[in-house]
Amino acid sequence: MKLLSLVPVVAVGGLLLFAAQDFPEWGDPASPASTSPVSSHFIQSTGVDTEVPNMVTAVLADYRGFDTMFETVVVFIAGMAVLAILKSSGRRKGKREHEVEAEPDLIVTNTVRLIVPVIQIFAFYVLAHGHVSPGGGFQGGVVMGASFILVALAWDLEVALARFSAEKCILVAALGIVLYGGIGFLSMLLGGEFLDYAELEKVLPVSREMARYHAMLGVEIGVGFTVTAIIFALYANLSTEGRLKGGL
Amino acid sequence: MFEDGAIVNELLVERLNYFIYVVLLLIGLHAMISKRNLIKKLIGMSIFQTAIILFYVSIAVKEEATIPIYKAEHDPHGEVHHHPEKGGEEAEAHHGPVALKDEEIKQYANPLPHVLMLTAIVVGVATLGLALALTQRIYQGYGTIEEDELLTKIERADDRASQSPLKSNQSPSPKKAKGSATAKKATASPSRKSGSASQGKSAAKRKPAKRKPGSGGGKKA
Repeated sequence: MKLLSLVPVVAVGGLLLFAAQDFPEWGDPASPASTSPVSSHFIQSTGVDTEVPNMVTAVLADYRGFDTMFETVVVFIAGMAVLAILKSSGRRKGKREHEVEAEPDLIVTNTVRLIVPVIQIFAFYVLAHGHVSPGGGFQGGVVMGASFILVALAWDLEVALARFSAEKCILVAALGIVLYGGIGFLSMLLGGEFLDYAELEKVLPVSREMARYHAMLGVEIGVGFTVTAIIFALYANLSTEGRLKGGL
Repeated sequence: MFEDGAIVNELLVERLNYFIYVVLLLIGLHAMISKRNLIKKLIGMSIFQTAIILFYVSIAVKEEATIPIYKAEHDPHGEVHHHPEKGGEEAEAHHGPVALKDEEIKQYANPLPHVLMLTAIVVGVATLGLALALTQRIYQGYGTIEEDELLTKIERADDRASQSPLKSNQSPSPKKAKGSATAKKATASPSRKSGSASQGKSAAKRKPAKRKPGSGGGKKA
């Protein structure tokens, strides 16, 4: 079976490498991707339209903000689906031999106690500084969720759940999407299109470009909320098969 | 064989990124096809997604271009901007954001594949989380996550369900003949690619003696 499956794999590989001869060279500045008018437009006008130095964040949160909103909804739905699948599981047929009862280790707990606040501040930094350096909502949200997972690993899942309970997870995740859509709706109420952040200059005392700058920060915060909550909820449910007791 | 234009030079030197990522793709694909454990298949899927993401990000590279974040001289909030046409008059003045010229665009890598791949990474994480939850559910229901054992158990569950007294009173042996492909195809839905080899193996594992429908309740679990 394993040898038989090598045949289609090698065939696919041969076809792909045969097609790869026609691709542009690596790093070719004249390749169609590098000279496309769309990317040139983004590189040119990000500074003028939004005054955000990071083009990737500007494209993600402003020019293609609609996609990012639904991406956040996808993350949220994945968390809800995992909850739905695992909470409906009732009886367990297997023995409980894979549950590990371990005492929290002294060195690990004290190190984590010192490190986790730093990690969380770093997560806020990655989120807020995403306009100027690589970062943004998804990245900062993942680091923040990882800090909760670290607490759950060093002590017990109950210790982490006492700080960020399962109900609060769902609430915070939904709050993130409401924040994102709320900024969009606010733009619509002020006379623009959905997610047209420039219209927010009517409520904020800034210029049109800076309104887009600040609204991008707002939507990134929404994304960060959702990603944090769902990453931790995924870990909590997957490691305990939905029961939220015991686990790793 | 490393001269310009030779195939090896083209693939391995000029287009090294495509070669590497195709190899990574094939590793992931082979893992998804040939491994029997569901978790190993998921790891293969994750490798496959990673290869695709890296492939797209490698397309964004431009020679001698920096990351797609404005450099200090193009910074929209910068305080110093040199206008080459105006000599040195406005060399130290504040300025607002200025649209870049063509040769300055060449200094930055293409930001679009990075943006698209951010979405792809997030979707990959969501898919992986959901797949792991489904695997746990399968384990709870069947007690195994090996593909061939799962197939056996699903076939037996189907056979048990098909022996209910509500169905017509026909002998079940034609259905359970080792060569019958249709019943096996109907139960082979969780595994897309298992060939007849593993089905023949699992059929051989079952006892050849079949009970009559009247005593169908005594079929072993």
